[in-house]
Amino acid sequence: MANLIEIRDMYKIYAIGDEPVHALDGVSLSVDEGEFVAIMGASGSGKSTMLNILGCLDVPTSGSYLLDGVEVASRSATELAHIRNAKLGFVFQNFNLLPRTSALENVELPDLYMGRLSMRARRRRALELLKRVGLGGRHSHTPAQLSGGQQQRVAIARALMNNPPVLFADEPTGNLDTKSSIEIMNLFTELSDEGITIVMVTHEDDIAAYAKRHIVMRDGKVMRDDHGEGGRKSVDEVARLVKEALA
Amino acid sequence: MSFWMIFKVAIRAIARNKTRSLLTCLGIIVGIAAVIAVMAIGQGAQTMMVKEISSMGNNLMMVFPENRGQGPVSGGMGQGQTMTAGDAEAVKRELSHLVQGVSPQVRTSVQMMYAAKNWAGNVQGVSTDILLISNWTVMEGRFFSEEEETRSSRVCVIGTTVRKNLFEDEDPVGKTIRLKNVTFKVIGVLASKGANNWGQDQDDVIMAPYTSVQRYLQRSKFNNINMMNLSLISMDDLAEAKREVGALLRQRHHLADYQDDDFETRDTTEIMNTIGSVTGLMTVLLTAVAAISLLVGGIGIMNIMLVSVTERIKEIGLRMAIGATPANILTQFLLESVVLSTVGGAVGVIVGVVGAEAIGAAKGWPILIQTGSTLAAFLFSALVGMFFGFYPAYRASKLNPIDCLRYE
Ligand SMILES: Nc1ncnc2c1ncn2[C@@H]1O[C@H](COP(=O)(O)OP(=O)(O)OP(=O)(O)O)[C@@H](O)[C@H]1O
Ligand SMILES: [Mg+2]
Repeated sequence: MANLIEIRDMYKIYAIGDEPVHALDGVSLSVDEGEFVAIMGASGSGKSTMLNILGCLDVPTSGSYLLDGVEVASRSATELAHIRNAKLGFVFQNFNLLPRTSALENVELPDLYMGRLSMRARRRRALELLKRVGLGGRHSHTPAQLSGGQQQRVAIARALMNNPPVLFADEPTGNLDTKSSIEIMNLFTELSDEGITIVMVTHEDDIAAYAKRHIVMRDGKVMRDDHGEGGRKSVDEVARLVKEALA
Repeated sequence: MSFWMIFKVAIRAIARNKTRSLLTCLGIIVGIAAVIAVMAIGQGAQTMMVKEISSMGNNLMMVFPENRGQGPVSGGMGQGQTMTAGDAEAVKRELSHLVQGVSPQVRTSVQMMYAAKNWAGNVQGVSTDILLISNWTVMEGRFFSEEEETRSSRVCVIGTTVRKNLFEDEDPVGKTIRLKNVTFKVIGVLASKGANNWGQDQDDVIMAPYTSVQRYLQRSKFNNINMMNLSLISMDDLAEAKREVGALLRQRHHLADYQDDDFETRDTTEIMNTIGSVTGLMTVLLTAVAAISLLVGGIGIMNIMLVSVTERIKEIGLRMAIGATPANILTQFLLESVVLSTVGGAVGVIVGVVGAEAIGAAKGWPILIQTGSTLAAFLFSALVGMFFGFYPAYRASKLNPIDCLRYE
């Protein structure tokens, strides 16, 4: 399997107040194509910071980042926008759908910025994706007319619009009840089985248990990186792993 | 993202905040409407004046005698005693290569009487050339002839106002009226010219051969005239005509080199130039007012766009996250402000045109709406949107996606 993501000596330092905060403190790791990674750790350990940098939404203070073999650390804002558009999909904790805009139009959006498809093809693909996430009949609903779980499914459909190789999700179930969380995670598992690389931040063991690889962070450092050679872990095993890592 | 798509996004954002968009546009609407309306009224007035002035005469040049050496009190134009009908004849005779018609003019106020009716006015003593010079046409009857002019016949032609006041519905042609108790025969009625620019009724006129006026109505021992009207063959020869008429009159008046002219020439181009400079000043003032109102409107747009960027910072972050480039964001917000200002401009044009027409109709002013300046005002409103929308849009485009997404 090819190396999709590779970061070396990544630092992110915030110089607010007297003491600089090392949100990322010399992280190196790589993610292969098709992996399903869960990043875990206590609040403030740097999970989101790492995910945002991996997702090209933020830039590191120092360190190198090869995405698909291409260095992205020193790219212009426009180049990063093109990279995000073509290669990365995002799922946020708070869904981040455009308000007062139909589910269909929300899903179409990434292609509007790419301009790859014709209007008709774009519409067809967006409808397909909505069907795929189980919202076939709700394409004309606006976010306000959808439940949290449904909104997150629209967000996933949107993330898939441009067929990106990687999906980034920061606590995708953080705002959802258990039932919706399970639905979303089943969807992620399906996508992972189809070969999409998923990097997900979560601090819930049962959500993390859907992933195959577990990275545990503390104070901007990777404390444990378990590739899951022994197959899928149970929730208890994940819990133990986190506990050990932070001990 | 295609321009068209971004345009749709901008339109939608504007439509979402209708009241706010309207209030934002208002500054531009008022500014553009004011410019259009005042321009329409000003242009209308100017065109009217120019038309009026050219209707005063056909390649008209006027020569007035000037009071000289009469002490500090001047009698005003046309009050000098130095010009005679002979001067007019000489001009006609000797400058026929430049002048196609010359009419001396004498004026005297008279009481006109017909039957029991009375009307006061000025009788104008002119020559037959006046028809050619002043664009008068005879509507009924005829004008007096050269023969009647030489014979000082007591004939006259009247304007429609005089006719109405003396004759009402009666046919005036062939009737005899009394001017200063001298009988004159009415031989024709002049076609109406209406009121001129200065509100003067041009039809309140009565004309007779200048010879008759001098002989029967002025009864002066002098042969002087109030002015002469010249019709030039071409306005291109104006300077030369002035020079030659001047030389001829100086010679006829036996003026020595050290003496000033005892006459003055006037022509319509001078009046037009004066009007032009007044209009020019108006235009400058208007432009300043327009610029200020559009500046205020533009600042309003800028203010709202800055608010709008802050308000929609999460949307900006999301759009950037899924692939909007800084240029996409810049275009989106810039288009929004340009749409606001051009819609304001378009509404302003409509309000201005309708307003000008309404004012014109109410006040009886002529209105002239010029396509060119209307278009210019409209395009300028777009420019205002672009100029004042740029800073907020630029700021939005320079934001970091993560700062936007995290903004609370
Ligand atoms: N924009 C910022 N300015 C200053 N400090 C920041 C900023 N963003 C993050 N930090 C700091 O960096 C550290 C890591 O933050 P991060 O958001 O990555 O934590 P996290 O692991 O995602 O926590 P949580 O589970 O609560 O989301 C924290 O100490 C935080 O205070
Ligand atoms: Mg976080």
